[in-house]
Amino acid sequence: MTILFDGIAYGMVLFVLACGLSVTLGLMNFVNLAHGAFAMAGGYATAILMNRWGWPFVATLPLAFLVPALIGVLLERTLYRRLYDASHLDQVLFTIGLVFMAVAGTDYLMGSRPQLIRLPEWLSGRFEFLGMQIGRYRLFIVVVCGVLTVALQLVLNRTRFGSRLRAAVDDPRVARGLGIPVERVFMITFAAGSGLAGLGGALGAELLGLDPLFPLKFMIYFLIVVTVGGTTGLTGPFVASLILGIADVAGKYFVPDLGAFIIYTVMIVVLVFRPRGLFVRS
Amino acid sequence: MPSKAAVSRLSTLGRWRLAEILFWLAAAASVPLLTEHHLVLTEIAIIALFAVSLDLILGYAGIASLGHTAFFGAGAYAAGLFAIHVTNDPLLGLVAGAAAAAVLGFATSFLVLRGADLTRLMVTLGVALVLGEIANKAGKITGGADGLQGVFMAPILGRFEFDLFGHVGYVYSLVVFFVLFVVARRIVVSPFGLSLLAIRDNPLRARAIGIPVNTRLTAIYTISAAIAGVAGALLAQTAQFVSIDVLAFHRSADALLMLVIGGTGYLYGGIVGAVAFKVLQEILSVWTPQYWTFWIGAILVAIVLIGRQRIGNGVMGIWARLLGKGGAA
Amino acid sequence: MSAVLETNALVKKFGGITATNAVTFALEKGARHALIGPNGAGKTTFINLLTGVLEPTSGRISLDGKDITNVKPEARVKMGLVRTFQINQLFAGMTPLQALGVAVSERQGRGSDWRRVVGTKATVTDEIVEVAERFRLIDVLEERTGNLAYGKQRLLEIALAFACKPRVLLLDEPAAGVPEAERAELLETIARLPDDVSILLIEHDMDLVFSFAKKITVLVDGTLFADGTVAEISNDPRVRAVYLGEGEHG
Ligand SMILES: Nc1ncnc2c1ncn2[C@@H]1O[C@H](COP(=O)(O)OP(=O)(O)OP(=O)(O)O)[C@@H](O)[C@H]1O
Ligand SMILES: [Mg+2]
Repeated sequence: MTILFDGIAYGMVLFVLACGLSVTLGLMNFVNLAHGAFAMAGGYATAILMNRWGWPFVATLPLAFLVPALIGVLLERTLYRRLYDASHLDQVLFTIGLVFMAVAGTDYLMGSRPQLIRLPEWLSGRFEFLGMQIGRYRLFIVVVCGVLTVALQLVLNRTRFGSRLRAAVDDPRVARGLGIPVERVFMITFAAGSGLAGLGGALGAELLGLDPLFPLKFMIYFLIVVTVGGTTGLTGPFVASLILGIADVAGKYFVPDLGAFIIYTVMIVVLVFRPRGLFVRS
Repeated sequence: MPSKAAVSRLSTLGRWRLAEILFWLAAAASVPLLTEHHLVLTEIAIIALFAVSLDLILGYAGIASLGHTAFFGAGAYAAGLFAIHVTNDPLLGLVAGAAAAAVLGFATSFLVLRGADLTRLMVTLGVALVLGEIANKAGKITGGADGLQGVFMAPILGRFEFDLFGHVGYVYSLVVFFVLFVVARRIVVSPFGLSLLAIRDNPLRARAIGIPVNTRLTAIYTISAAIAGVAGALLAQTAQFVSIDVLAFHRSADALLMLVIGGTGYLYGGIVGAVAFKVLQEILSVWTPQYWTFWIGAILVAIVLIGRQRIGNGVMGIWARLLGKGGAA
Repeated sequence: MSAVLETNALVKKFGGITATNAVTFALEKGARHALIGPNGAGKTTFINLLTGVLEPTSGRISLDGKDITNVKPEARVKMGLVRTFQINQLFAGMTPLQALGVAVSERQGRGSDWRRVVGTKATVTDEIVEVAERFRLIDVLEERTGNLAYGKQRLLEIALAFACKPRVLLLDEPAAGVPEAERAELLETIARLPDDVSILLIEHDMDLVFSFAKKITVLVDGTLFADGTVAEISNDPRVRAVYLGEGEHG
């Protein structure tokens, strides 16, 4: 049961990390392999603020969102937008380049050692509840990520921004004709996605680890969430994240010899037989 | 008949140009002239062969892969294990590497061919990751993260023993590279190769003129895998060691980068790219040993932003001029 | 005369739209048969079903009496059933010479030959010469396909199909969009197609239809609407009402 709960927490972090990608890849059709670099930026923002400046953990979280969001805006304005119409291969090459730069750059600036994040007293340790060992921090994650997920759903489905985004993605030309500022919508979406990734990176630093190789190590996880979850909404990626989280935690616990083998294989199988995602009704 | 003359020019596709001949003469000259660089030249020959194998599917058949190193790695491990457990004859080892990679390529081609571009990128990536994970976890067989040790090779053809300075290794790699390059070159100017171009340009029409698209793609994917496998096997044999790094993601990315630098769809792009890549890597890693990948990334970003097509046209322009002269001579 | 190509109650549905509605049709040996109908009538869809680009929702297709409903598109080509496309489907990065080289090699069963340089067999080059001359492509053989004049591209579109030695040739609006100056050349090559090839021509241009076809089939909303000789169809008041009246904007 503890494993189940840990898996859920892990999955929720993955969802926050990956939901930005499911928008850029799924809706805007842009293959951003550098998504993990934004997550890493958030993680490092938190680590620096806490370890060098002594900020409390929770106070760093807004910045873990803002810093990557700003980087996202900057890169989107200057580079990414030029490639919206490029081939997938070009997008892949471009973002792989960014990943290499982020990995080496972070290594140069921060060293290659993993960053440790000391959680505050009230978030560490475990307590017992209905016979389950529940980590306080994991509960915190589940709550925070749960709130974020609900908020995201509301923004996408209930607000004017959400409907504008959907219109802009559906047909940018028509949307422009209707007076929707498509460029700006894309920019904000990209920034928000990057920011969320950063927040996920900060929240998940303790669970996933944080070092300069982060964008490479977790690239495949994000891609799994998006491909398995499909691209028609956020529910698919959310369910996929939970399954992936639970499967990965359980897999590593029960059959450590197989490692990540199972989830990669599942991804391939899903891609081959349900290329539009596991939860899309065909 | 003028029409006949015009049509007979089709077979000039296969003719060797002067620039090509000069290039291979220069490569041969590197054996006696650049003796102190043989180790790095061996590496270049190997990654160039790997890049050429990727060009066969990317440049000719239009299959984008993020995991081509699956075959490089399969070939390397197969050759290494073959040397340890079966026989350490190098040429048989190459065959083993090629066979293992070809089987893997054939089997996974069906997964890869089903999807569109994006699915293909991810499936290929996934296959390479799965393999890397297997190599990592099957430590009893593969040596896991420490790599496969104890690969000792017998002399080539029973006569030429691998030496410490890599002289024999270089000649061996260069000869194997040349032979496979000639094969690849013939493939791309054959009816089979041309049908791949047709598929790349327009699969719908290719089917409509009777080309069995999936069969052809499976065939070239398998061939490409086998050649990549030989490249991996060469690495295992010349280094007498197989590092788990042969299955690392960056190898697939590096090969793509080489093709991006050198251009796709004319085979020499892989070689130009491999040389440029290795030279860059040497320069950058002297200048900034730990962080050279930063600049590799920056180059990728810059190339894509400037436009592969534009750069490619530039490179092709230079080549066309060289080849044009070659044709006239 | 006997039929080469037949369909039996062929149906194709796209979601709610029935693009082909229980079409039972026969193409005679050596036919010069036109298929006409308003835009969106389902003509191209019908060709896509015949050639296997689309799978029918129900119904059967047969070639020379053999059921080919489940035969792969490329295998149908090898059986002699070949089509052209309404919108050019060419190989933009190849020259017409290379494209014809591929088509002819494939037709002669050498498509999987990887040991021989293309075009070194006289049987292949002779056939390319024949096709290129017939379709007036000799002068542009080594130009990039993408740079050809539109009329030449249209000729290449048919030449590629012809290089497959069709017994049944399906032409989907071959003259569509060709400027007046290049039109005559195209129409002439179509008129000179060999008699033993059975041809189904889709066309909006009534002059071309009347000069070319002996039989006409009218398709409206996916349904066979009328079927008969040129005289019968051009005098059929129902056809005039639904189709010929608005046939000017094809
Ligand atoms: N792949 C498809 N998916 C969904 N609907 C389709 C598809 N292909 C065709 N249709 C629909 O089927 C109907 C018939 O289209 P089709 O292209 O066959 O008409 P057509 O007679 O060739 O018209 P035109 O004279 O304009 O070429 C149209 O309503 C079209 O929108
Ligand atoms: Mg049509």
